Amino acid sequence: MYTGPLRSLIDELGRMPGIGPKSAQRIAFYLLKAPLEDVTRLSNAIVVMKERTTLCSICFNISEGGGLCDVCDDAQRDGSILCIVEDPRDIVAVERTHRFKGRYHVLHGALNPLEGVGPDQLKIAELMERVGNEPIAEVILCTNPNLEGEATAMYLAKLLSRTDVSVTRIASGLPVGGDLEYADELTLGRALDGRTDLTTVRDGSTTI
Amino acid sequence: MSLFSDRGVVLRTYKLGEADRIVVILTEGHGKIRAVAKGVRRTTSKFGARLEPLSHVSLLVWSGRSDLDIINQAEIVDTFRTIREDLDRVPKGISLLEVADQISQEGLADPRLYQMLVGALRALSDTAWNPELVAPAFFLKVLGLEGSAPVLDACASCGARPSSSIGRDSDRHIAAERTPERATEDEAGDLVELVAFDLVVGGMLCQGCRRGRAVSAEALDLMRRILNGSLSGVLRGVQPGSEEVTQIATEAMETHLDRRLRSVRSAVGA
Repeated sequence: MYTGPLRSLIDELGRMPGIGPKSAQRIAFYLLKAPLEDVTRLSNAIVVMKERTTLCSICFNISEGGGLCDVCDDAQRDGSILCIVEDPRDIVAVERTHRFKGRYHVLHGALNPLEGVGPDQLKIAELMERVGNEPIAEVILCTNPNLEGEATAMYLAKLLSRTDVSVTRIASGLPVGGDLEYADELTLGRALDGRTDLTTVRDGSTTI
Repeated sequence: MSLFSDRGVVLRTYKLGEADRIVVILTEGHGKIRAVAKGVRRTTSKFGARLEPLSHVSLLVWSGRSDLDIINQAEIVDTFRTIREDLDRVPKGISLLEVADQISQEGLADPRLYQMLVGALRALSDTAWNPELVAPAFFLKVLGLEGSAPVLDACASCGARPSSSIGRDSDRHIAAERTPERATEDEAGDLVELVAFDLVVGGMLCQGCRRGRAVSAEALDLMRRILNGSLSGVLRGVQPGSEEVTQIATEAMETHLDRRLRSVRSAVGA
C-alpha cells in the first residue's frame, strides 16, 4: 500500500523485536510528522550507538569506544566478589538494588540444549581465565531462575568447584508484595529451603 | 471459541513481547498446543515457575480465533525437581521434550505419546532407577509407537533369523517375507547371527548382509528387553551395552526425524 521510503522504513521497523506491522506503521507515521531535527537526532543516536558501543574487554559488559565498562573502570569496586549474569541488562537490575559493590562477568546467554547453545557459545572460558588470574574469593551465580539459567548455574558450579573460590547462588523465593496462596510449588519449596533464621544476631543487633 | 481444561507437559517456551511467553505443551486430550502465558516473565506472575519446560501441569486454556491459545490457569501436577536440579539429568530430560515436540502434532491428540513422556520423566526423576537408559528407551518406544520400531529379531535385509528367535510372534511377518532359498538354508541348520545395525533399513543385519554399526550381543539383548516389556528391569542398575544402545537409539531417532537432536549433542552434561 505504501511505496518508496515510507514502505522501506515500515519494513525496517517491523524487523525489530516486539514490533509488528501495525506498530511499525504507527512509528513510521509519527516520524513522518515529527520535526526534522527530532528525526535527525534519533538517527544520529542510532548510528553513534552502533559505532561506539563495544564490549568491555574484562567483563563483557557494554562499554564505549573499546575501553573498560564503568564497573571495571571503578577502582572503588570490590574485586574479590564476582557476580555472573547472563545479559548486560541483568547488571542494571542488580545495580538498582544498591546492595552489590563487587564486579561482574557477563556470559551473553545461558546454556540451552534445545537451541544448541553450549558452553563454547558463552563467555565461560573467559570467566575461568579471570578466576585464575584475578584475586577472586567469591563467585555469585546470578543467572535467571529458569531451566536454562539453573542449568548454567549448575554447570558453572561444577567447573568452579575445581578452583579455590567460594561459589554461591542468588536466593530463590517469593517476590516482595506477592501473595503466598498464588505461589507455585517450586518457588515456595525453594523459599522454604532457603528460609532464614530471624533470631540470629547480625552486626550487633537482632534482625527482628 | 471455547475454554477447555487438560493436563500436559511443557515442552518449550519462547519469549513474547515485554513479559509474555509462548508455551508449547503436549496435552493428553488436545495434542500439542501453543498458548500465550501473559506476564509470565514478571516476578509477580501468577503462573510463576509452573510453565517452565519439564513441568507437568493441569491447565485451563482459552482457545480463540487466533492460532495461539491463551493460558488462563495452571496448576502443578509434578515439577520433576530431581531432574531440574541434577546437571546430568537436565539434558536427558530436555532430549525427551525435544523428541516429543518433534513427534507430536498440533491439535492431534496422542494420549499414548503423552503417557510415555510422563512415564519417562517419572523414571528419570526417580533416583532409584538408572537415568542413563531412560532417554534411549524412550526413543526406541516412540519409534515403535510411530510404526518404525527397529527390527531386532531377524536380519532386516534378508529376513534370516537366529535360531534362538525362531517361534517368536513378532518375527512371523518377517519370516513370511523371506526368500525360499534363504528359508531352505535356515532349515538346513545354517545358524545366523545378528551382528550389525543399519539405520537405512532400520534394524539388525546378519553376517552376510553386514553393514553399518557393529552391535554387541549385550546391546542387542538390551534393546530387545526395552521393546519387549522388560523396561523396568532394564532401568534397575547399570546394564552392559548401555552406551551402544544410547548411540543406536539416538541415531535411529535422528534418522526417523531427519534432523539432529540438539539436546543430545549438547555438551552441558559433560
